[in-house]
Amino acid sequence: MAFDIAVRHRLGEREIALTCRSDARLIALIGPSGVGKTSILNMVAGLLTPDEGHIAVEGETLFDRASGVNLPPAQRHAGYLFQDLRLFPHMRVQANLLYGRRPGGALALADVLSFLGIGHLLHRLPATLSGGEAQRVAIGRALLSAPRFLLMDEPLSGLDRARRDEILPVIERLRDEMALPILYVTHDIREAERLADRIIDMSVDQAEW
Amino acid sequence: MDMSLSPEEWSVIGLSLKVSLVAMAAMLPFAFALAWILARWRFPGKLLLDAFVHLPLVVPPVVTGWLLLILFGANGPIGGWLERWFGITLLFRWTGAALAAAIMAMPLMVRAMRLSIEAIDARLEQAAATLGASRTRIFLSVSLPLSLPGILAGSMLGFARSIGEFGATITFVSDIPGETRTLPIAIYAALQRPGAEAMVSRFAIISILLSLGALLVSELLARRVSHHGL
Repeated sequence: MAFDIAVRHRLGEREIALTCRSDARLIALIGPSGVGKTSILNMVAGLLTPDEGHIAVEGETLFDRASGVNLPPAQRHAGYLFQDLRLFPHMRVQANLLYGRRPGGALALADVLSFLGIGHLLHRLPATLSGGEAQRVAIGRALLSAPRFLLMDEPLSGLDRARRDEILPVIERLRDEMALPILYVTHDIREAERLADRIIDMSVDQAEW
Repeated sequence: MDMSLSPEEWSVIGLSLKVSLVAMAAMLPFAFALAWILARWRFPGKLLLDAFVHLPLVVPPVVTGWLLLILFGANGPIGGWLERWFGITLLFRWTGAALAAAIMAMPLMVRAMRLSIEAIDARLEQAAATLGASRTRIFLSVSLPLSLPGILAGSMLGFARSIGEFGATITFVSDIPGETRTLPIAIYAALQRPGAEAMVSRFAIISILLSLGALLVSELLARRVSHHGL
Protein backbone atom coordinates (compact mmCIF):
# COMPACT_ATOMS: atom_id res chain seq x y z
CA MET A 1 0.00 0.00 0.00
CA ALA A 2 1.59 3.29 -1.09
CA PHE A 3 -0.50 5.54 1.10
CA ASP A 4 -2.75 4.32 3.91
CA ILE A 5 -4.14 7.42 5.56
CA ALA A 6 -7.16 7.95 7.78
CA VAL A 7 -6.98 11.11 9.83
CA ARG A 8 -9.21 13.66 11.45
CA HIS A 9 -8.07 16.97 12.89
CA ARG A 10 -9.77 20.05 14.30
CA LEU A 11 -8.12 23.34 13.40
CA GLY A 12 -10.08 26.16 15.04
CA GLU A 13 -13.55 26.00 13.52
CA ARG A 14 -12.55 23.69 10.70
CA GLU A 15 -12.70 19.93 10.66
CA ILE A 16 -10.08 18.38 8.38
CA ALA A 17 -10.54 14.72 7.46
CA LEU A 18 -9.15 12.35 4.88
CA THR A 19 -9.48 8.66 4.16
CA CYS A 20 -7.19 7.26 1.51
CA ARG A 21 -5.94 3.73 0.90
CA SER A 22 -4.36 3.47 -2.48
CA ASP A 23 -1.51 1.98 -4.46
CA ALA A 24 -1.63 4.74 -7.05
CA ARG A 25 1.79 6.21 -7.88
CA LEU A 26 0.46 9.75 -7.80
CA ILE A 27 -2.56 10.66 -5.74
CA ALA A 28 -3.96 14.16 -6.23
CA LEU A 29 -5.77 15.89 -3.37
CA ILE A 30 -8.12 18.51 -4.77
CA GLY A 31 -10.66 20.86 -3.28
CA PRO A 32 -11.16 24.59 -2.70
CA SER A 33 -8.71 26.51 -0.55
CA GLY A 34 -9.36 26.15 3.17
CA VAL A 35 -10.43 22.52 2.92
CA GLY A 36 -7.16 21.43 4.56
CA LYS A 37 -5.07 20.02 1.71
CA THR A 38 -1.81 21.48 2.99
CA SER A 39 -2.67 20.40 6.55
CA ILE A 40 -2.88 16.80 5.30
CA LEU A 41 0.62 17.07 3.80
CA ASN A 42 1.87 18.55 7.09
CA MET A 43 0.35 15.62 8.98
CA VAL A 44 2.06 13.10 6.69
CA ALA A 45 5.36 15.00 7.05
CA GLY A 46 5.02 15.10 10.84
CA LEU A 47 4.72 18.89 11.13
CA LEU A 48 1.13 18.66 12.39
CA THR A 49 -0.20 15.96 14.72
CA PRO A 50 -3.72 14.71 13.86
CA ASP A 51 -6.30 14.39 16.61
CA GLU A 52 -7.21 10.89 15.50
CA GLY A 53 -6.27 8.25 12.98
CA HIS A 54 -3.23 6.64 11.42
CA ILE A 55 -0.76 7.31 8.60
CA ALA A 56 1.32 4.63 6.90
CA VAL A 57 3.38 4.95 3.73
CA GLU A 58 4.82 1.97 1.84
CA GLY A 59 3.96 -0.25 4.79
CA GLU A 60 5.76 1.88 7.41
CA THR A 61 3.58 3.38 10.13
CA LEU A 62 4.46 7.05 10.62
CA PHE A 63 1.62 7.90 12.96
CA ASP A 64 -0.93 5.86 14.85
CA ARG A 65 -2.94 7.41 17.65
CA ALA A 66 -4.13 4.04 18.93
CA SER A 67 -0.64 2.56 19.45
CA GLY A 68 1.04 5.89 20.24
CA VAL A 69 3.37 5.92 17.23
CA ASN A 70 4.38 9.42 16.11
CA LEU A 71 7.70 9.61 14.26
CA PRO A 72 9.37 13.05 14.31
CA PRO A 73 9.66 14.77 10.88
CA ALA A 74 13.38 14.01 10.64
CA GLN A 75 12.71 10.24 10.74
CA ARG A 76 9.86 10.13 8.22
CA HIS A 77 12.02 10.46 5.11
CA ALA A 78 9.50 12.64 3.35
CA GLY A 79 10.55 14.62 0.31
CA TYR A 80 8.38 17.66 0.96
CA LEU A 81 8.10 20.25 -1.80
CA PHE A 82 6.55 23.21 0.02
CA GLN A 83 4.31 25.62 -1.84
CA ASP A 84 6.56 28.47 -0.65
CA LEU A 85 9.66 26.34 -1.45
CA ARG A 86 11.52 27.34 1.74
CA LEU A 87 14.99 27.33 0.25
CA PHE A 88 17.52 28.41 2.88
CA PRO A 89 18.18 32.08 1.97
CA HIS A 90 21.68 32.18 3.50
CA MET A 91 23.00 29.13 1.64
CA ARG A 92 24.01 28.80 -1.98
CA VAL A 93 22.13 26.39 -4.24
CA GLN A 94 24.74 23.66 -3.73
CA ALA A 95 24.44 23.81 0.08
CA ASN A 96 20.65 23.83 -0.22
CA LEU A 97 20.72 20.74 -2.46
CA LEU A 98 23.05 18.81 -0.16
CA TYR A 99 21.40 19.86 3.11
CA GLY A 100 19.36 16.68 3.55
CA ARG A 101 21.74 14.27 1.85
CA ARG A 102 21.67 10.90 3.60
CA PRO A 103 24.11 8.06 3.22
CA GLY A 104 22.57 5.38 1.04
CA GLY A 105 20.58 7.79 -1.08
CA ALA A 106 19.98 6.26 -4.49
CA LEU A 107 20.67 9.51 -6.31
CA ALA A 108 24.00 11.24 -6.81
CA LEU A 109 24.21 15.01 -7.03
CA ALA A 110 25.31 14.77 -10.67
CA ASP A 111 22.22 12.73 -11.57
CA VAL A 112 19.88 15.22 -9.95
CA LEU A 113 21.65 18.18 -11.57
CA SER A 114 21.27 16.73 -15.04
CA PHE A 115 17.74 15.42 -14.38
CA LEU A 116 16.60 18.92 -13.36
CA GLY A 117 18.98 20.95 -15.52
CA ILE A 118 20.29 23.05 -12.63
CA GLY A 119 24.03 22.38 -12.84
CA HIS A 120 24.76 26.00 -13.77
CA LEU A 121 23.01 27.36 -10.65
CA LEU A 122 25.18 25.75 -7.95
CA HIS A 123 26.90 28.92 -6.75
CA ARG A 124 23.88 31.22 -6.80
CA LEU A 125 21.90 32.38 -3.76
CA PRO A 126 18.16 31.51 -3.75
CA ALA A 127 17.16 35.20 -3.92
CA THR A 128 18.75 35.46 -7.39
CA LEU A 129 16.83 32.52 -8.91
CA SER A 130 13.77 32.77 -11.15
CA GLY A 131 10.54 31.07 -10.02
CA GLY A 132 11.10 28.01 -12.22
CA GLU A 133 14.76 27.70 -11.21
CA ALA A 134 13.92 27.92 -7.50
CA GLN A 135 11.19 25.30 -7.99
CA ARG A 136 13.65 22.88 -9.60
CA VAL A 137 16.24 23.47 -6.85
CA ALA A 138 13.57 22.74 -4.22
CA ILE A 139 12.67 19.49 -6.05
CA GLY A 140 16.37 18.59 -6.19
CA ARG A 141 16.81 19.24 -2.47
CA ALA A 142 13.87 16.95 -1.69
CA LEU A 143 15.14 14.18 -4.02
CA LEU A 144 18.67 14.23 -2.60
CA SER A 145 17.39 13.61 0.94
CA ALA A 146 16.73 9.99 -0.12
CA PRO A 147 12.97 10.27 0.44
CA ARG A 148 10.67 7.24 0.61
CA PHE A 149 7.80 9.30 -0.78
CA LEU A 150 7.12 12.81 -2.08
CA LEU A 151 4.69 15.45 -0.87
CA MET A 152 4.05 18.21 -3.40
CA ASP A 153 2.05 21.29 -2.49
CA GLU A 154 0.74 23.12 -5.56
CA PRO A 155 4.09 23.03 -7.34
CA LEU A 156 2.69 24.81 -10.41
CA SER A 157 0.54 27.48 -8.82
CA GLY A 158 3.08 30.28 -8.53
CA LEU A 159 4.40 29.90 -12.06
CA ASP A 160 3.50 31.52 -15.37
CA ARG A 161 2.50 29.43 -18.39
CA ALA A 162 6.04 28.99 -19.75
CA ARG A 163 7.42 27.92 -16.36
CA ARG A 164 4.53 25.47 -15.89
CA ASP A 165 5.39 23.83 -19.19
CA GLU A 166 8.95 23.58 -17.88
CA ILE A 167 8.06 21.93 -14.53
CA LEU A 168 5.17 19.64 -15.62
CA PRO A 169 7.38 17.22 -17.57
CA VAL A 170 9.76 17.09 -14.59
CA ILE A 171 6.91 15.95 -12.36
CA GLU A 172 5.77 13.39 -14.94
CA ARG A 173 9.29 11.98 -15.12
CA LEU A 174 9.50 11.90 -11.31
CA ARG A 175 6.28 9.89 -11.26
CA ASP A 176 7.36 7.47 -14.01
CA GLU A 177 11.08 7.02 -13.32
CA MET A 178 11.69 7.42 -9.57
CA ALA A 179 9.27 4.78 -8.26
CA LEU A 180 8.35 7.04 -5.33
CA PRO A 181 4.72 7.39 -4.29
CA ILE A 182 3.59 11.01 -4.57
CA LEU A 183 0.87 12.84 -2.67
CA TYR A 184 0.08 15.88 -4.78
CA VAL A 185 -2.01 18.88 -3.76
CA THR A 186 -3.66 21.12 -6.34
CA HIS A 187 -6.85 23.10 -6.80
CA ASP A 188 -6.69 22.68 -10.58
CA ILE A 189 -8.77 19.69 -11.71
CA ARG A 190 -7.15 19.62 -15.17
CA GLU A 191 -3.69 19.46 -13.64
CA ALA A 192 -4.88 16.61 -11.39
CA GLU A 193 -6.41 14.74 -14.35
CA ARG A 194 -3.22 15.04 -16.36
CA LEU A 195 -0.90 13.82 -13.58
CA ALA A 196 -2.79 11.61 -11.15
CA ASP A 197 -3.71 7.93 -11.14
CA ARG A 198 -6.21 8.67 -8.41
CA ILE A 199 -7.99 11.90 -7.49
CA ILE A 200 -9.47 12.57 -4.06
CA ASP A 201 -11.82 15.52 -3.67
CA MET A 202 -11.49 16.72 -0.10
CA SER A 203 -14.62 18.85 -0.25
CA VAL A 204 -16.60 15.58 -0.41
CA ASP A 205 -17.29 14.10 3.02
CA GLN A 206 -14.31 12.06 4.16
CA ALA A 207 -15.60 10.93 7.51
CA GLU A 208 -16.63 7.30 6.86
CA TRP A 209 -13.82 5.46 8.56
CA MET B 1 42.16 72.35 21.19
CA ASP B 2 45.12 70.09 21.96
CA MET B 3 44.10 66.48 21.24
CA SER B 4 47.43 64.90 22.22
CA LEU B 5 46.91 62.48 25.09
CA SER B 6 49.09 61.88 28.13
CA PRO B 7 50.06 58.29 29.10
CA GLU B 8 47.55 58.54 31.95
CA GLU B 9 44.78 59.44 29.53
CA TRP B 10 45.73 56.60 27.19
CA SER B 11 45.48 54.18 30.10
CA VAL B 12 41.95 55.43 30.85
CA ILE B 13 40.93 54.77 27.24
CA GLY B 14 42.63 51.38 27.21
CA LEU B 15 40.93 50.41 30.45
CA SER B 16 37.52 51.54 29.15
CA LEU B 17 37.93 49.44 25.98
CA LYS B 18 39.10 46.43 27.99
CA VAL B 19 36.23 46.68 30.49
CA SER B 20 33.62 47.15 27.74
CA LEU B 21 34.91 44.36 25.49
CA VAL B 22 35.09 41.89 28.39
CA ALA B 23 31.63 42.96 29.58
CA MET B 24 30.18 42.44 26.08
CA ALA B 25 31.91 39.09 25.51
CA ALA B 26 31.01 37.73 28.94
CA MET B 27 27.37 38.79 28.66
CA LEU B 28 26.97 37.53 25.08
CA PRO B 29 26.15 33.84 25.82
CA PHE B 30 23.87 34.74 28.74
CA ALA B 31 22.06 37.43 26.77
CA PHE B 32 21.58 35.05 23.84
CA ALA B 33 20.26 32.28 26.10
CA LEU B 34 17.84 34.71 27.77
CA ALA B 35 16.75 36.10 24.38
CA TRP B 36 16.18 32.56 23.07
CA ILE B 37 14.16 31.56 26.15
CA LEU B 38 12.04 34.73 26.00
CA ALA B 39 11.47 34.40 22.24
CA ARG B 40 10.81 30.65 22.00
CA TRP B 41 9.78 29.12 25.29
CA ARG B 42 6.41 29.22 26.96
CA PHE B 43 6.35 28.76 30.70
CA PRO B 44 4.62 30.22 33.73
CA GLY B 45 6.59 33.13 35.13
CA LYS B 46 7.91 34.21 31.74
CA LEU B 47 6.61 37.72 32.35
CA LEU B 48 8.56 37.81 35.59
CA LEU B 49 11.79 36.76 33.85
CA ASP B 50 11.15 39.41 31.19
CA ALA B 51 10.70 42.07 33.88
CA PHE B 52 13.82 40.87 35.72
CA VAL B 53 15.92 41.14 32.54
CA HIS B 54 14.71 44.71 32.01
CA LEU B 55 15.27 45.75 35.64
CA PRO B 56 18.71 47.38 35.11
CA LEU B 57 17.11 49.60 32.46
CA VAL B 58 14.64 51.19 34.89
CA VAL B 59 16.16 50.87 38.36
CA PRO B 60 18.50 53.77 39.34
CA PRO B 61 22.04 52.61 38.43
CA VAL B 62 23.22 53.39 41.94
CA VAL B 63 20.77 50.79 43.23
CA THR B 64 22.11 48.19 40.78
CA GLY B 65 25.63 49.03 42.00
CA TRP B 66 24.54 48.69 45.62
CA LEU B 67 22.94 45.28 44.90
CA LEU B 68 26.19 44.15 43.25
CA LEU B 69 28.05 45.36 46.33
CA ILE B 70 25.84 43.23 48.55
CA LEU B 71 25.98 40.14 46.32
CA PHE B 72 29.62 40.28 45.25
CA GLY B 73 31.22 41.97 48.27
CA ALA B 74 33.75 39.98 50.33
CA ASN B 75 30.96 38.83 52.68
CA GLY B 76 28.24 38.63 50.02
CA PRO B 77 26.69 35.28 49.05
CA ILE B 78 28.35 35.18 45.62
CA GLY B 79 31.43 37.26 46.43
CA GLY B 80 32.31 35.19 49.51
CA TRP B 81 31.88 31.98 47.54
CA LEU B 82 34.09 33.21 44.66
CA GLU B 83 36.74 34.29 47.17
CA ARG B 84 36.75 31.01 49.09
CA TRP B 85 36.72 28.61 46.17
CA PHE B 86 38.55 30.48 43.43
CA GLY B 87 40.34 33.31 45.21
CA ILE B 88 38.55 35.74 42.91
CA THR B 89 37.63 39.23 44.11
CA LEU B 90 35.57 41.55 41.94
CA LEU B 91 35.24 44.43 44.39
CA PHE B 92 37.44 47.43 43.48
CA ARG B 93 38.84 45.54 40.47
CA TRP B 94 38.45 46.15 36.75
CA THR B 95 36.68 42.79 36.53
CA GLY B 96 34.04 44.24 38.86
CA ALA B 97 33.70 47.22 36.53
CA ALA B 98 33.18 44.74 33.67
CA LEU B 99 30.50 42.91 35.69
CA ALA B 100 28.65 46.17 36.41
CA ALA B 101 28.85 47.18 32.73
CA ALA B 102 27.64 43.73 31.62
CA ILE B 103 24.61 43.83 33.95
CA MET B 104 23.72 47.34 32.76
CA ALA B 105 24.11 46.29 29.10
CA MET B 106 22.05 43.10 29.49
CA PRO B 107 18.56 44.52 28.77
CA LEU B 108 19.67 46.20 25.54
CA MET B 109 21.53 43.12 24.34
CA VAL B 110 18.66 40.77 25.14
CA ARG B 111 16.12 43.04 23.41
CA ALA B 112 18.05 43.27 20.16
CA MET B 113 18.79 39.53 20.08
CA ARG B 114 15.23 38.60 20.97
CA LEU B 115 13.88 40.61 18.03
CA SER B 116 16.20 38.83 15.62
CA ILE B 117 15.30 35.40 17.03
CA GLU B 118 11.59 36.18 16.73
CA ALA B 119 12.21 37.20 13.12
CA ILE B 120 13.58 33.75 12.17
CA ASP B 121 11.17 32.10 9.74
CA ALA B 122 10.01 28.96 11.60
CA ARG B 123 8.95 27.48 8.25
CA LEU B 124 12.62 27.19 7.30
CA GLU B 125 13.29 25.25 10.51
CA GLN B 126 10.38 22.93 9.62
CA ALA B 127 11.84 22.42 6.15
CA ALA B 128 15.19 21.48 7.72
CA ALA B 129 13.40 18.96 9.97
CA THR B 130 11.69 17.24 7.02
CA LEU B 131 15.14 16.97 5.40
CA GLY B 132 16.29 14.89 8.36
CA ALA B 133 18.18 17.51 10.39
CA SER B 134 18.41 17.06 14.17
CA ARG B 135 17.39 19.89 16.49
CA THR B 136 21.03 20.74 17.15
CA ARG B 137 21.80 20.84 13.44
CA ILE B 138 18.74 22.99 12.72
CA PHE B 139 19.88 25.42 15.41
CA LEU B 140 23.47 25.59 14.15
CA SER B 141 22.74 25.63 10.41
CA VAL B 142 19.50 27.63 10.18
CA SER B 143 18.44 29.46 13.35
CA LEU B 144 21.85 30.74 14.45
CA PRO B 145 23.07 32.04 11.05
CA LEU B 146 19.73 33.72 10.38
CA SER B 147 19.80 35.55 13.73
CA LEU B 148 23.52 36.35 13.56
CA PRO B 149 23.18 39.98 12.40
CA GLY B 150 20.84 40.64 15.33
CA ILE B 151 23.23 38.96 17.75
CA LEU B 152 26.10 41.15 16.51
CA ALA B 153 23.92 44.27 16.57
CA GLY B 154 22.91 43.52 20.16
CA SER B 155 26.54 42.98 21.11
CA MET B 156 27.63 46.31 19.64
CA LEU B 157 24.78 48.02 21.46
CA GLY B 158 25.96 46.38 24.67
CA PHE B 159 29.50 47.60 23.98
CA ALA B 160 28.29 51.16 23.43
CA ARG B 161 26.27 51.00 26.65
CA SER B 162 29.30 49.66 28.54
CA ILE B 163 31.54 52.52 27.35
CA GLY B 164 29.08 54.96 28.96
CA GLU B 165 28.48 53.02 32.18
CA PHE B 166 28.94 55.21 35.28
CA GLY B 167 26.49 54.90 38.20
CA ALA B 168 26.57 51.18 38.98
CA THR B 169 30.31 51.05 38.35
CA ILE B 170 31.32 53.87 40.72
CA THR B 171 29.00 52.48 43.41
CA PHE B 172 30.33 48.93 43.09
CA VAL B 173 34.07 49.35 42.39
CA SER B 174 34.65 53.03 43.20
CA ASP B 175 37.17 55.26 41.36
CA ILE B 176 40.62 53.70 41.40
CA PRO B 177 43.03 55.14 38.79
CA GLY B 178 44.40 52.43 36.51
CA GLU B 179 41.97 49.80 37.86
CA THR B 180 38.39 51.07 37.69
CA ARG B 181 38.72 54.65 36.37
CA THR B 182 36.94 54.26 33.04
CA LEU B 183 36.11 57.18 30.69
CA PRO B 184 32.93 58.45 32.38
CA ILE B 185 34.49 58.12 35.84
CA ALA B 186 37.64 59.91 34.66
CA ILE B 187 35.49 62.72 33.26
CA TYR B 188 33.63 63.02 36.55
CA ALA B 189 36.92 63.04 38.51
CA ALA B 190 38.42 65.66 36.21
CA LEU B 191 35.35 67.86 36.62
CA GLN B 192 36.06 67.97 40.37
CA ARG B 193 39.59 69.33 39.73
CA PRO B 194 40.22 72.95 38.72
CA GLY B 195 42.24 73.31 35.50
CA ALA B 196 41.37 69.95 33.95
CA GLU B 197 38.87 71.37 31.42
CA ALA B 198 40.98 70.39 28.41
CA MET B 199 41.18 66.81 29.67
CA VAL B 200 37.39 66.73 30.13
CA SER B 201 36.88 67.90 26.54
CA ARG B 202 39.28 65.33 25.15
CA PHE B 203 37.62 62.49 27.09
CA ALA B 204 34.16 63.70 26.14
CA ILE B 205 35.03 63.76 22.42
CA ILE B 206 36.56 60.28 22.60
CA SER B 207 33.51 58.91 24.47
CA ILE B 208 31.18 60.34 21.87
CA LEU B 209 33.24 58.94 18.98
CA LEU B 210 33.47 55.46 20.53
CA SER B 211 29.78 55.24 21.35
CA LEU B 212 28.75 56.70 18.01
CA GLY B 213 30.95 54.22 16.14
CA ALA B 214 29.55 51.24 18.05
CA LEU B 215 25.99 52.50 17.56
CA LEU B 216 26.51 52.97 13.81
CA VAL B 217 27.87 49.46 13.42
CA SER B 218 24.95 48.12 15.44
CA GLU B 219 22.46 50.05 13.30
CA LEU B 220 24.03 48.84 10.03
CA LEU B 221 23.84 45.24 11.24
CA ALA B 222 20.23 45.65 12.33
CA ARG B 223 19.39 47.02 8.90
CA ARG B 224 20.95 43.99 7.27
CA VAL B 225 18.41 41.90 9.18
CA SER B 226 15.41 43.87 7.93
CA HIS B 227 16.72 44.09 4.34
CA HIS B 228 17.09 40.34 4.13
CA GLY B 229 13.60 40.02 5.50
CA LEU B 230 14.84 37.31 7.81
